[in-house]
Amino acid sequence: MSIDLLAAALPAVPLAAALVGLLLPMRSRRLPAILAIGGAGTALVLAIAMVIRGPVETAEGVTIAEFGDLAVTFTTWADGTAGLVAVAVGIVATCVQVYSVAYLHDDDRYAPYAAQISLFTSAMLLVVVAGDLIPLVVGWEIMGLCSYLLIGHDRKLPEAPGAAVKAFIVTRTGDVGFILGVAILGTQAGSFRISDVLTHHYSAATLTAAGVLLLCGVAGKSAQFPLHTWLPDAMAGPTPISALIHAATMVAAGVYLVARLFPIFNGTALAVLAISASITMLLGAATAMAQQDIKKVLAWSTVSQLGYMAGALAVGSRGPALLHLLSHAGFKALLFLGSGALIHAVGSNLMTAMGGMRRSMPTTYITMTIGLAALVGLPPLAGFVSKDTILAAAHHAVSAPGEVTAGHEAGALAAGAAPLWAAWLVWIAGLVTTGLTGWYATRLWLRTFFGASAARHPHEPSWLMRGPLLVLAVPSALLGLVALAPFIAERLGMETPEPFETEALAPLALATLGSLVSWYTWRRTSGADPILVVPGRRVLVAAFGVDSAIDVLVVRPVHALARAVKRADELLVDGAVRGTGKGTVALGTLLGSAHRAGLPRAATAVLSGALLIAVAIAVGVGQ
Amino acid sequence: MHPVFPFVVAALLFGVGAYGVLVRRNAVLLLMSAELMLNAVNIVLITADVTIQRTLKPALPATGQIFALFVIVVAAAEIGVGLAIILRLYRLRRAVAVDEIPLADPLPAGAVLADDGLDERS
Amino acid sequence: MTVADVLLTAIGAVVVGSALLVVTTRHIVHAGLWLVVTLTGVAALYLVLTAELVAWVQILLYLGAVVVLLLFAVMLTRAPIGARDDLDRPRWPGVLVGLGTAGSLAALLANAYRWDKIELPAAGTAERIGEHLFRSWVLPFELVGLLLLAALIGAIALSRSGDE
Repeated sequence: MSIDLLAAALPAVPLAAALVGLLLPMRSRRLPAILAIGGAGTALVLAIAMVIRGPVETAEGVTIAEFGDLAVTFTTWADGTAGLVAVAVGIVATCVQVYSVAYLHDDDRYAPYAAQISLFTSAMLLVVVAGDLIPLVVGWEIMGLCSYLLIGHDRKLPEAPGAAVKAFIVTRTGDVGFILGVAILGTQAGSFRISDVLTHHYSAATLTAAGVLLLCGVAGKSAQFPLHTWLPDAMAGPTPISALIHAATMVAAGVYLVARLFPIFNGTALAVLAISASITMLLGAATAMAQQDIKKVLAWSTVSQLGYMAGALAVGSRGPALLHLLSHAGFKALLFLGSGALIHAVGSNLMTAMGGMRRSMPTTYITMTIGLAALVGLPPLAGFVSKDTILAAAHHAVSAPGEVTAGHEAGALAAGAAPLWAAWLVWIAGLVTTGLTGWYATRLWLRTFFGASAARHPHEPSWLMRGPLLVLAVPSALLGLVALAPFIAERLGMETPEPFETEALAPLALATLGSLVSWYTWRRTSGADPILVVPGRRVLVAAFGVDSAIDVLVVRPVHALARAVKRADELLVDGAVRGTGKGTVALGTLLGSAHRAGLPRAATAVLSGALLIAVAIAVGVGQ
Repeated sequence: MHPVFPFVVAALLFGVGAYGVLVRRNAVLLLMSAELMLNAVNIVLITADVTIQRTLKPALPATGQIFALFVIVVAAAEIGVGLAIILRLYRLRRAVAVDEIPLADPLPAGAVLADDGLDERS
Repeated sequence: MTVADVLLTAIGAVVVGSALLVVTTRHIVHAGLWLVVTLTGVAALYLVLTAELVAWVQILLYLGAVVVLLLFAVMLTRAPIGARDDLDRPRWPGVLVGLGTAGSLAALLANAYRWDKIELPAAGTAERIGEHLFRSWVLPFELVGLLLLAALIGAIALSRSGDE
């Protein structure tokens, strides 16, 4: 009956800020802003304190409820990884809150918006520090709710409600599997405490089932193929929300969960994850190449980068995955907030409306350049180190199969590694994606900041918006180098990486090649969109038709089924009810008309009936 | 005395009364036939009084006769109410033939049987 | 066969015969008159069966009140004077039921008593009946009084013209 107060306060503070914020009047601005920034900032301070304190033993926790043999407890899990992810969440949340004050300066529903971000942050932090599966599920679901609310925040956008519903339903589809997986793990182990779950010995079939079911939820939250379709549509939300969802909260939750429960996943589950991750990274990068909407490019880029993280997990390297999670949180938040600044200045999401912004918006230009370079993976920026360690791990898994890889020493379970072909898949897909990433990042950079200016009087945004950009540029630039320090690497459970091996040059070379091709095309066509020379770009724009496929395979059959059920309901269920009523009335009318005999007939009937009964009794008694 | 004689008379009288109730159309004649049946019952009661007083140890003497008295009183009440109903009927319909009383009177509005309340078409 | 038997048979024949006429005559008024004969016969049967008080009550109540009421009803409903052919419905159901009822009741009672013979008690007096009526049966007696009151009020309520 004890609890780690520091870790428990981490989700509690933003939660309190959210609950108070939801009570404030809708149009108030100053108080909600102070509350929201204060909540996120306090959480950041707490998270930093947790990192400095270092990992602690998991406390016993408190019991929330008992259901027969199963107890739902709340404990915290404050190891080094949790602390670092919490810091990332705190930084991004604080930046987003500060940025939102300026970005939503004329929004008439700022107070609930800020409170919802606080709630979102709180839910993510709950997932990060939860030491039990049930509170983790609670945080997981609250995130789903908040994403729905925030994506649909802008009611004037025609696509916002649909996007919000789509995000909610698609992630919920995965959550069904997730909850089933949690139920399997918890009931089999007799406890929902993660430490118990990880040390319990499951049968192989149970592990496979639980692993694949959990991966459903992960695929939903972390936008892995085939449940990735909600993420690009979620761009309908305000840009800070995109930054929040894409960088630190929602999508990171799935990756973080796999890392947390890594020993649960056996070879089969990891193979599934590898396939999904490889498809996701290739598809995301390829689709990002063809988008015109700057936020869509970044969204598909997120899908692709999430594929990297999942791929790293699939080849058994937990540390690189988490490192990439952190660095991606930094540079993707930066990119989104930067694109928000651009959109704010231009008034349009389309890259055709931008161009030549380098001179008018120098801060945005420099910070976004850092972010894009990190995304591409140019040394020595964050993305270079994290991506390189992932590909090195994948290469390691390919070249030296059978060796216990970095993530596995921690778990008590002897979970099998993914099969060799899965490692090959991840490695090759990762390399190809590096090239594609270089291409589309360069395209974005060139089309936004160079060439002819299409916008009238673009201007730098206020310091409230520029500040977060500058703050986020720091981890985007330096996290990679810092991660080499044992302080971070140990906490992430990484072996000290050696990024400058020979094979490390391959991704760098491919990224550079992609960038150069993009630049060359742009240059040769004198500033035209490089995508115009790519054959088959329609397929890319349509994101390989996954949405249409889902539409044909899932949405329409479900609609047809719903119509059939409705019809059956009307015909059979309602029909039964109405039929019963009508039948009863008809029978009653029939019986009534039989009763409506004149007195003589009725009397005759009664008397002859009595006589018949008497005769029957007489005959019966007489015998 | 053989009790079978009054009993058979009572049975026949009851049969005749039943025939009258079934066959007669005029309400007044109907009442008369009903009186015949009541009288048959009274004969049974009186005869049973005599018979059972003889054969069984009487717990309550003269029970049959007292029952007969009650039946007569009830018959008087019945005839009073019955005649009142007949007069009322006559005033309403100018006829007292029981098989001419229409039974399928139009029901008051609001009690229409066909409306099952489930139809949403309205 | 005793004197009582002879008397009972003879009066019974009169009662049943006149009752038959009540239900078959084509004159409404005749029916009322034949009913008088029947009821008087029944009263005579009571006398033979030593139920003196009941016999006089029968005469008083039935002949004095009921029949008079019935005749008034005949007049008030402007029943046709003279023979009418439309007084009866088709007869056969009535015949069947009537014969069946009479036959089965007669069979039942005859089967119960066969040819038993009993001695008639001494003629009962009103004093003996009254003693029992107001001692053992006083509660039903009061109830019957209440019933009569209810019937009285009901009859008045029904026969008032329904305009108010």
